[in-house]
Amino acid sequence: MTTQVRTEPITVNLGPQHPSTHGVFRMRVTFDGEEIIDVEPIFGYLHRGSEKLAEERTYVQVVTLTDRMDYVGSMLNNQAYMLAVEKLGNVEPAPRGVWLRMIASELQRIASHLVAVGFLIQDLGAWGTPLIYTMREREKILDLFEMLCGARITNSYLRPGGVFMDAPAEFWPAMNAVLDELPPRIDDLDDLLTDNDIIFSRTKGVSVLTPEQMLDASITGPMLRAAGVDWDLRHRDPYDYYDQVTFERPLHTAGDNFARYWVRVQEMRESIKIIRQCEKLIEPGPVRPEHDDVPWLLRPPIGDAYAAIEHSKGELGFYLVSDGSISPYRCHVRAPSLINLTLLREMLVGELLADMFVSFGSVDINMGEVDR
Amino acid sequence: MIGLGLLKAMRVTLRNALKAPFTIQYPDRKVGIVGAAKEEGKSPIGLVATQPVTAAKAAMSMYSVPVNIPQNRRFRGNEFTWYEDRCTGCASCAKYCPLGIIEIVTSPGGFDVQEGESYAIDVFDIDIGRCMFCGLCVEACPYDALHMGSHFERSKYERDALVIPVDELRQALKEPSSWFRPQFEERDYDPFRDGAEDDHYKVGRHEKPSDETLDERWVEER
Ligand code: SF4
Ligand code: SF4
Repeated sequence: MTTQVRTEPITVNLGPQHPSTHGVFRMRVTFDGEEIIDVEPIFGYLHRGSEKLAEERTYVQVVTLTDRMDYVGSMLNNQAYMLAVEKLGNVEPAPRGVWLRMIASELQRIASHLVAVGFLIQDLGAWGTPLIYTMREREKILDLFEMLCGARITNSYLRPGGVFMDAPAEFWPAMNAVLDELPPRIDDLDDLLTDNDIIFSRTKGVSVLTPEQMLDASITGPMLRAAGVDWDLRHRDPYDYYDQVTFERPLHTAGDNFARYWVRVQEMRESIKIIRQCEKLIEPGPVRPEHDDVPWLLRPPIGDAYAAIEHSKGELGFYLVSDGSISPYRCHVRAPSLINLTLLREMLVGELLADMFVSFGSVDINMGEVDR
Repeated sequence: MIGLGLLKAMRVTLRNALKAPFTIQYPDRKVGIVGAAKEEGKSPIGLVATQPVTAAKAAMSMYSVPVNIPQNRRFRGNEFTWYEDRCTGCASCAKYCPLGIIEIVTSPGGFDVQEGESYAIDVFDIDIGRCMFCGLCVEACPYDALHMGSHFERSKYERDALVIPVDELRQALKEPSSWFRPQFEERDYDPFRDGAEDDHYKVGRHEKPSDETLDERWVEER
């Protein structure tokens, strides 16, 4: 005989200072027993006004602000911003600079996915170990960035039309060593997690999102590809030289937490392939246009431009308006983290308390980018 | 199948458990008697015989050796290297800083037949408490007078102590990083090598334009 326990809805406030919220994020969650019946996400605690600050800085100075938006994907942010500036100012980029920034941004994509996977597993309750495995690999990529541009997180490596300085001679062997080491480590990750029964039972079929739901909410990136929608800007609308490299787009059809995790792991392998191809195609030459063509105090003609890239989290776009002066009149960022969060309620309602942070982590958000 | 996946995962964990740790102990790491003897330049037996106190400390793992973290030469360190004799006081660096934290005050200096009028630098303060080490000031300096440093240990108890005043900049150790200074890398300069180049003239500057290019720039283009 089953006994009916009468439960009452209870509202719990989570965050903003909560270790599982990947930053300062607050959720007002209503539970009925262990089941979530309502979620109200509240954000804005990390708002630093980057878009406004950009309005009083020169086009090159703004690159330091983009570093700090999504701080686990700085190179990708730099790239999106530079594409917008180049479009706005009709800058012809230097080929070697473009190849270098493609290499840098693919490395960054691997690093960013490693963080996403590591923290997702941490949210599952595997405290420490898998996270440290992924952090160890990420550390090597950050070392490469230090070689390239002197900083690990706040890179500021890109400049309008290319990069600020060519890669040093010691970079290429170091990068090859890292790329050789990575595939076995990703296989390890597969052994450790992808085939793991505990992970299976915890993530399969949890927080399923349908392609229609996601398309309606403009969700992009690995989240969308995990539901089988083949949408990758590198392939659909190639920027830089992505039309000259070949890569596959891993797709999963489930649209659940496991699919989102799986797509990220596979994308790391594709990024390695892209870097290998870039390395073959790169040719010696200048890494940025002459100063006479692209001065430091760039004054783009009056107009506006929008450029978007496939960030590790989704479509990252910069919309710049120029009034002909040395700083943008308006700078708007289409932040994938923010837009991917909009389906949080649909993801969480009906799920259990223990899966809440797993689903939240599988979105792979970065509060620095959500609030800007 | 339940179980096989877990066994596979256990294999990875075991393999990693048997490896040496990847983490680096900072700023120092504890060593035993053997490590202590190596640090003191003695054999372990010699250490016990001559320095029993040190040996006892090491045995109780109270002896530590400093750890040097390998850094790359482009590392944007937090003490700036500034060469006063090259600086003209043009304040390009101050204008280019996104945060405006460089303060420069100059006064008319002497007159040199070769170089023309010069300015004496009275104040050249960098408030590194607000600095984000982006290196744009270094990029802006047209005379190679300002460089990023190559060190990072500069914690202070007070905010005011984080301002680098001009006197400190003058006396600071000159170990510039090669950030935005390609000529350093061409000449294989490494700030972390022992006895790193103190004499900046050997390290070099941007190529001085030849008289012909200057003629072309100033006479023919106008
Ligand atoms: S490193 Fe950047 S923030 Fe610091 S003084 Fe130079 S320009 Fe300003
Ligand atoms: S830009 Fe260079 S030369 Fe000009 S004031 Fe700054 S340090 Fe001196």
